[in-house]
Amino acid sequence: METLSFILHNLPAIGERTVEHLSIVSVAVGVAILTGVPLGIAITQSRRTADSVLYLGSIVMTIPSIALFGILIPILSKIGHGIGWLPAVIAAMLYAQLPIVRNTYTAIRNVDPALRSAAIGMGMSALQRLVQVEIPIALPVIIAGVRVAVVINIGVTAIAAYIGAGGLGTFISRGISQSDIRQLITGALALGLLAIAADYSLAWLQRRLTPRGMAPRAG
Amino acid sequence: MIRLEALTKTYATPKGNVTAVDAVSFEVHEGETCVLLGPSGCGKTTTLRMINRLVAPTSGRVFLSGRDTGTVDPVELRRGIGYVIQQIGLFPNMTVAENIGVVPRLLGWDAARRRRRAQELLSLLGLPPEDFADRYPNELSGGQAQRIGVARALAVDPPVLLMDEPFAALDPVNREAIQDEFLRMQRKLRKTILFVSHDIDEAVKMADRIAIFHSGRLVQFATPDDMLAHPANAFVASFVGSDRTLKRLRLIRVREVVVASADGRADATLPSVSPDDDLRQVAALFLEHGTDSLACVDASGHVLGTVTSEAIARRLARDDSR
Repeated sequence: METLSFILHNLPAIGERTVEHLSIVSVAVGVAILTGVPLGIAITQSRRTADSVLYLGSIVMTIPSIALFGILIPILSKIGHGIGWLPAVIAAMLYAQLPIVRNTYTAIRNVDPALRSAAIGMGMSALQRLVQVEIPIALPVIIAGVRVAVVINIGVTAIAAYIGAGGLGTFISRGISQSDIRQLITGALALGLLAIAADYSLAWLQRRLTPRGMAPRAG
Repeated sequence: MIRLEALTKTYATPKGNVTAVDAVSFEVHEGETCVLLGPSGCGKTTTLRMINRLVAPTSGRVFLSGRDTGTVDPVELRRGIGYVIQQIGLFPNMTVAENIGVVPRLLGWDAARRRRRAQELLSLLGLPPEDFADRYPNELSGGQAQRIGVARALAVDPPVLLMDEPFAALDPVNREAIQDEFLRMQRKLRKTILFVSHDIDEAVKMADRIAIFHSGRLVQFATPDDMLAHPANAFVASFVGSDRTLKRLRLIRVREVVVASADGRADATLPSVSPDDDLRQVAALFLEHGTDSLACVDASGHVLGTVTSEAIARRLARDDSR
């Protein structure tokens, strides 16, 4: 009951924190898509490069986010951004790489070789093949990767409150330091709802962008 | 039309060079169907894929209408050659009409013209355009999909079609039907076709000429009748089978062996055949009725003469097949 009245009294602040949170996640995922999708496509050309890139991505995933923020502080303080929004975005972007690169790589590699053979035999150039056939077919799986990245990033960004990046994690960090259960619950609840909402809207997007001929059919 | 000159492909493997296709030369004339026949691994598909340069030849040349294909940009070359593969390879993200329109689109046709062309080809292949144009490949049966595959290859009306075991994945009933349709269509379109098959019956049915391959070499290049009558060596003889005489029967029409009767009448007690039937039907009637002669009667009931086992034996023994 106390928590409820806290939430009701702090709705504007919650809204502001949500916007901060989303700005970090969307910029990070946006940059990760712009770099990760081309990277995922590029590494389909060489098995060995692909293995090392994906291996590197997995290593990044194993670094605890709080440690990654720590590593970024001395590096980014050289340009005066040791803490705050920039390191939060960079860390989130690094965590988003693996799901996006891996899904793009897998989806493009799994395009039926017969389609590739037919496309080449009909006189498509490599770029035409990519744009007209391989990317449209791979798109649902690429978006599935983006969904995973977004959900991971909502979690990572919550930790970024500790380096002064703002966002919904602020409620949790303050809740812990002030032993205030109301703030803790508010933060956790808002983060959970945000993750669910983001995942649902991306699932909708994924269905919309699935070519009609490839959609699973009922019956 | 298509001339292969000492076409060779060798692959470097850890165990040394392997020659997949060894100095193959032959020529297919305009409007002819040539079937490349042989067991798997004999080099027939590699030979086909060297014609549209999906495989780069190690040496030798391919001429298409007198033009050395080695001097042409492969992408441009392929757009001018229809290509059909066994796995069909329809793009699942495109409708039937869009699939047929792929090469037209690469060549810059506008949307209305692509659509018209797709409808035209669907009608030609006996698939009502209003029903099929906007379907997706996952809404087609195997036979329908392969017909669309053929339509797609014909989209820009290329003079040459390359077909890599196009009907091999279909069930026998469907295969017969699509072969018959294809033959009917080919009689109208007169394309120059190279057709890879491992099935002697299909080859005999479809081919004007058969090129039979064995371990990378062309062992015989002949008309189906000639190949069945005179296999070049023991390999060809065993590949075409011990029933090769029976297979020849399908190639010969009754009109070629009918002996005209002097009085324009035949024994009314004899079973009758039409002049366009092939000799398999004659053989079947011989066995069924225990006879060795039949009346040949045309569609209007006019008696053309008689068909006898002697006349058939003479025809089968003749050397100048076609």
